[in-house]
Amino acid sequence: MSMTMTQKILAAHAGLDHVSAGQLIEAKLDLVLGNDVTTPPAIKVFEETGAADVFDKAKVALVPDHFTPNKDIKSAEHCARMRTFARRFDIENYYEQGEATFGIEHVVLPENGLVMPGYVIIGADSHTCTYGALGAFATGVGSTDLACAMVVGQTWFRVPEAINFKLVGKLNPGITGKDLILHIIGMIGVDGALYQSMEFTGDGVATLPMSDRLTICNMAIEAGGKNGIFPVDEITLDYLKNFAPERFDRGEYTVFAADEDAEYVRTIEVDLAKVPLTVAFPHLPENAREIGSFERVDIDQVVIGSCTNGRIEDMRLAAELLKGHKVSKGLRLIVIPGSQRVYRECLREGLIEVFVDAGAAVSARTCGPCLGGHMGILAAGERCVATTNRNFVGRMGHPKSEVYLAGVPVACASAVKGYIAGPAELDA
Amino acid sequence: MKAKGKVFKYGANVDTDVIIPARYLNTAEPAELAAHCMEDIDKDFVSRVEPGDMIVAGPNFGCGSSREHAPVAIKASGVSCVIAPSFARIFYRNAINMGLAIMECPEAVEAISDGDKLEVDFDTGVIFNETTGKRFQAEPFPEFIKKIIESDGLVGYISRKKEQTQ
Ligand code: SF4
Repeated sequence: MSMTMTQKILAAHAGLDHVSAGQLIEAKLDLVLGNDVTTPPAIKVFEETGAADVFDKAKVALVPDHFTPNKDIKSAEHCARMRTFARRFDIENYYEQGEATFGIEHVVLPENGLVMPGYVIIGADSHTCTYGALGAFATGVGSTDLACAMVVGQTWFRVPEAINFKLVGKLNPGITGKDLILHIIGMIGVDGALYQSMEFTGDGVATLPMSDRLTICNMAIEAGGKNGIFPVDEITLDYLKNFAPERFDRGEYTVFAADEDAEYVRTIEVDLAKVPLTVAFPHLPENAREIGSFERVDIDQVVIGSCTNGRIEDMRLAAELLKGHKVSKGLRLIVIPGSQRVYRECLREGLIEVFVDAGAAVSARTCGPCLGGHMGILAAGERCVATTNRNFVGRMGHPKSEVYLAGVPVACASAVKGYIAGPAELDA
Repeated sequence: MKAKGKVFKYGANVDTDVIIPARYLNTAEPAELAAHCMEDIDKDFVSRVEPGDMIVAGPNFGCGSSREHAPVAIKASGVSCVIAPSFARIFYRNAINMGLAIMECPEAVEAISDGDKLEVDFDTGVIFNETTGKRFQAEPFPEFIKKIIESDGLVGYISRKKEQTQ
């Protein structure tokens, strides 16, 4: 019986030869993740179970990234609870602001070499699906799930059906993975992949660098998907050699590939050459519009960062576009390198200088404004172009503020112009 | 494991705001949540529901927020099982984690009316409508899901499992 890539990974972790869509299984976990919002309630449940220890201190990752550097007393208390827990159980992958390994959870876990092909990963954070870029099965769960997973190192899943996104061709110059995923969500809607795996296949895959794959899988949840997943290829293996050299050398990964005749609920062919520069209008990621197809929208703020677009490739692209330009008078540009490692690299390459010269505020490694937490909140009536992943009502501040989702090129051009613009307008 | 009770029937897309309105989320106490369960679509539910009764509803039951309070409220009101053609993903997960039995069976939903008396066998997946004499087959739960439900939810299941291995 044939299986999709996701189904194969799940079957292997459930100790079964075969699983089929809809089946309920118990699977072993390779990594369990929590952040400063979801871990404190999970710690309470963890204590209720009477557990004496976590199942494996090397397989738990706790990242205080949402409200750090501590926003207020309440967030400080949350982080303190998490820190105490991490110390008590000697959690290896707990990072503190400023540490070389610190950053936004979905930026640092792959960078710190914790995500390997064939892994099953759950995280009490909906964007845990990011790790599918490396050929792992990863999905978001609740705090009770996190707590119980920390105790026993396994959890239950309902085996998902899959949609096959067959990518053909190549993205045009200046078009990024962010445009592609916004375009796809625009096509299928925010519930278009409800409960299903989004499996990316086809010749087009080889043209997408890892940074684009991470951005694409990051937003699988915005189409309702349970996970997004890319096949493992040369690009994946190169990434591992760089970021997970030890695990790579020890061969701590498994390459799963979908069967030729795997069953998909549907196959959607996407011609990469036809993907336009895309912006998602408020208040849903599915409100995708092509640059040039709408009237002028003036903006007050631009945010470049987050687990969607806070990697070094995003920073390099931003610096390249902003170099020699100034942020539009009266507009705030906030740049947030997604991890300490990304920030260090930005310093080395002189990118921070470019941002500061352009008139940007470069912020600490944090989720911050992405979830309307702190460090960039919008007032009523304000509009922001953000490289983040959600533009729900009130996501970045006041319920009457607006968030427009875009890739780095549109964010940079908009920051310089003061209204939503494509990079072509930069030199106009 | 079997359950017997009368049916409360509702339509499609019963959301978590209807199951337990947000204005009552200032408590996590199951009994207090149960006192307001379903009140926005059926104000008599709370006074009429008896232990063992079942909710039968249309597709996408439990859509909306991820609040674990929703299955907790239903379970604490005495409901033994929710039957629907489909459940929203997070509700599905939360229901099992909180120890509330749920079954997917489109044929049964179509042929069951409000007030019918049902007998549901979780081991075999058979739903028997005593009022009409009709029988339906749903997918039975695998062993570990039955154990989670018997243990009153995932926390109880994990605690038991821990005890057995220590
Ligand atoms: S950057 Fe935004 S989407 Fe990503 S983990 Fe942080 S809050 Fe969530």
